[in-house]
Amino acid sequence: MRTARAMYRYDEFDARFVAQRVEQFRGQVARRLSGELSEDQFKPLRLMNGLYLQLHAYMLRVAVPYGTLSARQLRKLAHIARRYDKGYGHFTTRQNIQFNWPRLVDVPDILAELATVEMHAIQTSGNCIRNVTADHFAGAAAGEIEDPRPLAEIVRQWSSLHPEFSFLPRKFKIAVSGAPNDRAALKFHDLAIEIVRDGDGRSGYRVFVGGGMGRTPYIGYVVGEFVEKPDILAFLEAVMRVYNEQGRRDNLYKARIKILANALGQDEMRRQVMLEFEEIKKTGTLALPPEELARIQAYFAPPEFEALSDEMPRAEGDFADWLKTNIAEHRAAGYAIATISLKPIGGVPGDASAEQMEALADLMDELGLAEIRVSHEQNLVLPHVRKKDLPRLHARLAALGLATPNAGLVTDIIACPGLDYCDLANARSIPIAQTISERFADLDRQHHIGELKIKISGCINACGHHHAGHIGILGVDKKGVEFYQLQLGGSGAEDASIGEILGPGFGRNEIADAVERVIGAYLELRRDGERFLDTYRRVGIVPFKNVAYGEELHAAY
Amino acid sequence: MPLIRLDTGARSGAFVEDRFFFVPDGKAYPEEKGAIVTLARFQGEKDNLLAHRALIGVRLAAGDNPAVLKNDLPRLAAVVLEFPKFRDGRPFSWARMLRTRYDYRGEIRASGDFLPDQLFFMVRTGFDSFEVRQDFSLVDFDRALNEVSLAYQPSADGRKTIRELRAAR
Repeated sequence: MRTARAMYRYDEFDARFVAQRVEQFRGQVARRLSGELSEDQFKPLRLMNGLYLQLHAYMLRVAVPYGTLSARQLRKLAHIARRYDKGYGHFTTRQNIQFNWPRLVDVPDILAELATVEMHAIQTSGNCIRNVTADHFAGAAAGEIEDPRPLAEIVRQWSSLHPEFSFLPRKFKIAVSGAPNDRAALKFHDLAIEIVRDGDGRSGYRVFVGGGMGRTPYIGYVVGEFVEKPDILAFLEAVMRVYNEQGRRDNLYKARIKILANALGQDEMRRQVMLEFEEIKKTGTLALPPEELARIQAYFAPPEFEALSDEMPRAEGDFADWLKTNIAEHRAAGYAIATISLKPIGGVPGDASAEQMEALADLMDELGLAEIRVSHEQNLVLPHVRKKDLPRLHARLAALGLATPNAGLVTDIIACPGLDYCDLANARSIPIAQTISERFADLDRQHHIGELKIKISGCINACGHHHAGHIGILGVDKKGVEFYQLQLGGSGAEDASIGEILGPGFGRNEIADAVERVIGAYLELRRDGERFLDTYRRVGIVPFKNVAYGEELHAAY
Repeated sequence: MPLIRLDTGARSGAFVEDRFFFVPDGKAYPEEKGAIVTLARFQGEKDNLLAHRALIGVRLAAGDNPAVLKNDLPRLAAVVLEFPKFRDGRPFSWARMLRTRYDYRGEIRASGDFLPDQLFFMVRTGFDSFEVRQDFSLVDFDRALNEVSLAYQPSADGRKTIRELRAAR
């Protein structure tokens, strides 16, 4: 297979931009280390470069734009994990990677190393436009209208050190997708762009605004029904300006655009955005010419697909199990999308060791795979695998401990770092994920339960997306004791919904039992073909509530 | 308060003598120099001010949209935009709108709580003068303006964007 360009490559301008930013940060760190800057003065500077001060150490969040990595980049991440950290990295729900133990003095060198493989940590924190996320099956999924990553790259460039929008009321997260199946949780983003077709079959952009999680979750609404492609940056700038001017700055918890979007209402929001949009369009400077879009699109050209048989290789045993869940339909015959689960039973969701990353990079080279994706579900994805290579891929993954056959099943749990690492957390998330994972380790039982998305956050900020979990778990602190609230019925897909809180929280040692009882109720209540979410939507919360708190399932259900 | 004036071409700054006094509400105007007044005072005494004084500046709070000054801008020598705290990024929008939407060519002055490392963004959005603390150094000013020379997006400083530079190569 000819290795296509497959992803964006820096030219001399991108390279110089990032190099300048690295040197700027090196200077800032030097001033901090010499005592010229206090931690208070340094804080806003480091936060513009993805550097947090956590419970035990600094944490560096590295941007993986729209979740796409090359083998070379993956090797560099492995190198950084080994040389500057404790030998592993943590993939996040924002498709980024975090290093939990870097020393401040090393961070400029880490950034310089990243720059050599066209990576950076710009805008992975702070009240600015964050790293743009995308459908992790982009460019590969059957049924996709267009690969959304060229647009994501254009948005990345436009938003990088944007002089007007780097001090917004609060952080701002953008997601893009080009498929009717929403794998990017579009409606839970501050702003999202979906590539759609109009009645004449032309493609353009549907823009959502005002989604979000955190303490007040909202589903986003449509603010632009069909934005013409050349107008998209002008449209985004209009939304950003309305937000920058009117978003609340008096209360941290009411500062996200979802609060403004809800306070203004859809009609007023649209009116104001359109007003700004018309004004901005007059200057013409933000127009995105078709040739510029085409130039960026060329970088993302898919591999030249060979004419291959579409037949799946013969499968039995572990390989057959893996095929059932970890393979998705590819747009090209003879190809498959493979999900590499970072959720081994009892493991830490999203963690990968330096050795695993390096071995994956080798495997990519061996199979001629130009890119790998990070999914917001904290897994990795190989988007263009020849079906005939799947047995080999599986065998190699199994040897690396990366062939857990659980994508989309109950043990494919999303969890934030929680109180084991995070300064903001109220409760631990990882041990809860581990306990539940072990509880449901039996694969037959997992298949019997079917698709079930458990998402765990260690505090109300909802980094673990608990509002969008079929079963969501929220860690809370009650007088120094960790408690866990259950939420049911959330979805981050195209049928987006916010989970409902079941009731009082469960103790650290009770939560797995409660989850098990809820799942037990589902198994009794479900009709043929129903996922947990479907049954929940049909019967509502009450039967689950009774059972979760220890009652028998009432006969009425 | 020391005032730094931007030398746009050189992307550097110099301390300059302030042409204005800020006149708090209720206080008398100085004999010499220009007067910077609050938006409320300007709106209340506009006719008198415009008739009798050559150099007038208006100071806007972070929540004041400069659209309210739209018709008066040609007569204003300065608009002062207040940063109540450095995290409040509204003045970036106001400055850019003054320059690009209302074509304002007078002085746009930054006042209040901002960081040296925000100067790059301020200059890009159209600020050209800066009220700074006594201990502020011009070395910091020039450094902040020149550490990053490239920009992806058009703004109010007329700088060629990376896309334009690519096309020109």
